[in-house]
Amino acid sequence: MTKATPGRDEMQMIAAILAGDTHLFHDLIRPYEHSVYMMTLSCLKNEADAEDAAQEAFLKAFRHLASFRGEAKFGTWLVSIALNEARTRLRREGTVRMESIDQTPEESGRVSPAILRDWREIPSEALERQEIRHLLQQAIESLPDLYREVFLLRDVKELSIAETAEALTISIATVKVRLHRARVMLQKRLAPQLEHHNPKKRWFQWS
Amino acid sequence: MVLECKHVWDYISGYLDDTLPQETKELVQRHLDHCEICSAIFDSTRNIIVLMADDRVFELPVGFSERLHARLEREINPGASSTRKP
Ligand SMILES: [Zn+2]
Repeated sequence: MTKATPGRDEMQMIAAILAGDTHLFHDLIRPYEHSVYMMTLSCLKNEADAEDAAQEAFLKAFRHLASFRGEAKFGTWLVSIALNEARTRLRREGTVRMESIDQTPEESGRVSPAILRDWREIPSEALERQEIRHLLQQAIESLPDLYREVFLLRDVKELSIAETAEALTISIATVKVRLHRARVMLQKRLAPQLEHHNPKKRWFQWS
Repeated sequence: MVLECKHVWDYISGYLDDTLPQETKELVQRHLDHCEICSAIFDSTRNIIVLMADDRVFELPVGFSERLHARLEREINPGASSTRKP
């Protein structure tokens, strides 16, 4: 597998693809399959639809590759194409969810975290357990769409705040507000659940 | 100036990203130094973010890549796979 290191190499690959070396497109997009799928899934909430939309997004990216000028990062450009594709599908099916109408709380109200007396670090090895992975997945699903998108790009895919803003075509200030809310909402829900599942603590109680 | 706990919570995200103005950051830091509850809240939030970023949490469906690249191949090179244009 040819590794696509971001930036210059990508621009060279894109130039080569546009010049006819179309098979390079496979390598160009490999690093972004996961991001694109996560965003279509976040929007469509159905694996089959999300996969189809992701494929369609990659095809659109290929067909419009000449319009990519390199002002944005290629990855964020792909993510915005994927989101457009997913949102267009939602509109086409007339499935505008009630949630997205209710959910413009943006600046109103304040989200509070779960209050804890102490916190025992949960190591990454805990993720070997399916129940823990499930808790995290459900918590993400429970977020309002607007917050989930920001959280996925920034904290799961580890884009910068500026890149997240670019991919979602929202302002940096909006990213910060939504990110804050998403993180606090996740802490509120997950901290008590995870604490309960912490193997060390349980062992301590049983012994 | 001393910050109350609930005001400190407004800075969780900015503190973790280190995007707070120096002054605010120091106020938060000083509060965390002596407040166990806020320390636990910040630590748990950071811990949850670290866990979420792990590749094991969100996996692609089995066969996703194969199906994607097969479809790309079909649509990008609709002719025969043997006759690639120069
Ligand atoms: Zn406090």
